[in-house]
Amino acid sequence: MLDSVATAMHRRPRLRLAALLTAPVLWLVVAYLGALATLLVTAFFTIDSFTGNVVRKFNLDNFHDMLTDAAYKNVVLRTLGIAISVTLLCSVLAIPMAFYMAKIAKPKSQKILVALVLTPLWASYLVKIYAWRTMLEPGSGVVDWLLGPIGIHSPGFGGPAIIIGLSYLWLPYMILPIYAGLERLPNNLLDASGDLGAHNFYTFRKVILPLIFPSLVAGSMFTFSLSLGDYITAQIIGGKLQMLGNVVYQNFSINLPFAATIATIPVSIMALYLYLVRRTGALASM
Amino acid sequence: MQKKRLFSRIAVASVAALILAGCSSGSDSASDSGVPKIDMMKKLGAGEGQVNVVAWAGYVENGSTDPKVDWVTGFEKDTGCKVNVKNGATSDDMVALMKTGEYDVVSASGDASLRLIYGGDVAPVNTDLIPNYADIFKNLKMQQWNSVGGVAYGIPHGRGANLLAYRTDIVKPAPTSWGSVFDANSPYKGKITAYDSPIYIADAALYLMATQPDLKIKYPYALDQAQFDAAVALLKVQKPLIGEYWGDYLKHVASLKSGGTVLGTTWQVNINLAKGEKVPVEGIKPTEGSTGWSDTWMISSKAKNPNCAYLWMNHIASPAANAAVAEWFGEAPSNAKSCALTADPNHCATFHAADDAYWADVYYWNTATETCLDGRTDVKCVPYSEWVKAWSSLRNS
Repeated sequence: MLDSVATAMHRRPRLRLAALLTAPVLWLVVAYLGALATLLVTAFFTIDSFTGNVVRKFNLDNFHDMLTDAAYKNVVLRTLGIAISVTLLCSVLAIPMAFYMAKIAKPKSQKILVALVLTPLWASYLVKIYAWRTMLEPGSGVVDWLLGPIGIHSPGFGGPAIIIGLSYLWLPYMILPIYAGLERLPNNLLDASGDLGAHNFYTFRKVILPLIFPSLVAGSMFTFSLSLGDYITAQIIGGKLQMLGNVVYQNFSINLPFAATIATIPVSIMALYLYLVRRTGALASM
Repeated sequence: MQKKRLFSRIAVASVAALILAGCSSGSDSASDSGVPKIDMMKKLGAGEGQVNVVAWAGYVENGSTDPKVDWVTGFEKDTGCKVNVKNGATSDDMVALMKTGEYDVVSASGDASLRLIYGGDVAPVNTDLIPNYADIFKNLKMQQWNSVGGVAYGIPHGRGANLLAYRTDIVKPAPTSWGSVFDANSPYKGKITAYDSPIYIADAALYLMATQPDLKIKYPYALDQAQFDAAVALLKVQKPLIGEYWGDYLKHVASLKSGGTVLGTTWQVNINLAKGEKVPVEGIKPTEGSTGWSDTWMISSKAKNPNCAYLWMNHIASPAANAAVAEWFGEAPSNAKSCALTADPNHCATFHAADDAYWADVYYWNTATETCLDGRTDVKCVPYSEWVKAWSSLRNS
């Protein structure tokens, strides 16, 4: 029975293709693009000011509100700043870590290190952020206790806390692609560079960095996009600071169309980001 | 070639999806101005085995918070209705949850109840099917926030005032006025909290009502543009003082405990929870009076378990359950017979259950509308949707 189906499939490439693709295409179109399309359409609706019911009449009021209120410009810039800082911090931490894992550590400890990098992913996001809340608590937290004697104090809850928390959360997503990229990098390239008289930093800048650039971009897509859409971290350790996700969260229950309007911002930023990444050619060599 | 064809198919499909989305959006009619006509239940049937409840934290306790605090397990045993509870952090949350149609009953405050009624999200309540309704305090029945045109839309639950919480070991002398949370030179800068909801604008208006008579604010939910702007300006002065705005009551209690928050608006239940953890904290009703709530149990117009919902509303309004919830949450009960059943015999006196003078300066949450709720007809008031925008702008600036 199974054999005959397989034979029939083999004879009809079209059928084969259809059977293979129906499920993923349905998923892509209905669940993914469908949701995005609904979001986009909702952004042009408005609500009844009293009952809060969505009124399905096309208008641009939401976009007008969003663009004219300086508060939303601030929150976009703030969110972008946080996402960029998190990405930079993650790269700075991940490159040496991944380099050690891929090039210096013994093969046996390599595996252990990969496992160690992955362990934080086993714990719940919320547990980790609440842990940071306790650690960063001004005065009574472990950060103040540990670093207070040398004059460094907890930044308290706010922007710096969000950057620390998000960097902690997304670091594995940056380390792993860079590690994979470095592993593919032949050691003799580094030796050759050294033999030709290049210093370590020069080798890093001229040989390693260009070769792992696609990995770095891959990692940055994770850290950047995940930070851009996050709102829970800001809620828990952000003090009174809000990110774009918080604006959406704050509005979706009261004014769904406005929340949809705000949600188009991170979508467009990500689209622009991917376009820029594509122009660098990093996507092709990934 | 193959790739191109696939893409064109995806394109066709996504266009089809868009059209579908467009069609479905056309079929629902927009809300109209009057109250949507929804039939009330005529006769009680057999329970459905469960009831889905949207409630304020502390209103539906089954012993999981504190084994001694439980008025749900007995109800579940007696009626066979399993109670599934979803806590709402703000009235806006609750309105949104009820709009999903997945919940049967809600404990709505005055700033949600009318929106739910006019939105067609809740059904009129047949009070004849709720024997305990007879014992509810007369002055809570058929009020502006729980009835429309002589039709009851819910069962009064209880009322209370939003309090000013302070850490007794840190805030000295003890505050007596809301001025302490609006003082730009406060020594507690960075450790003050405020409630994270547009309705908090009324708290600023209430303070201005007492301190700036020139503004002529009569009712904190009826603000014309000038009064509204003054309230928002006051909140902008307050913002630098705030460490965290609170929406999640557990985080708020944790913050009071750690000392991250030492002063700010709260509910009695949070004070009780914090005291339970040995936190030196007190809550007072300041001299200016306070905002507050008078809550109503309402039934969804799309309730899937209407019989269990009615059984629940009757149970929560019963003297024993009403006494237990009022005592746990720290509010005045709505059932006159509850006062005899509270563990603390003075509970009703402490919370002024029957003391009308106490409630004179408590302004229950209400939904601001363009028609001024204080009766003024010469100006237009700022509607709640503008409150939401102003709050969102304030929080993100």
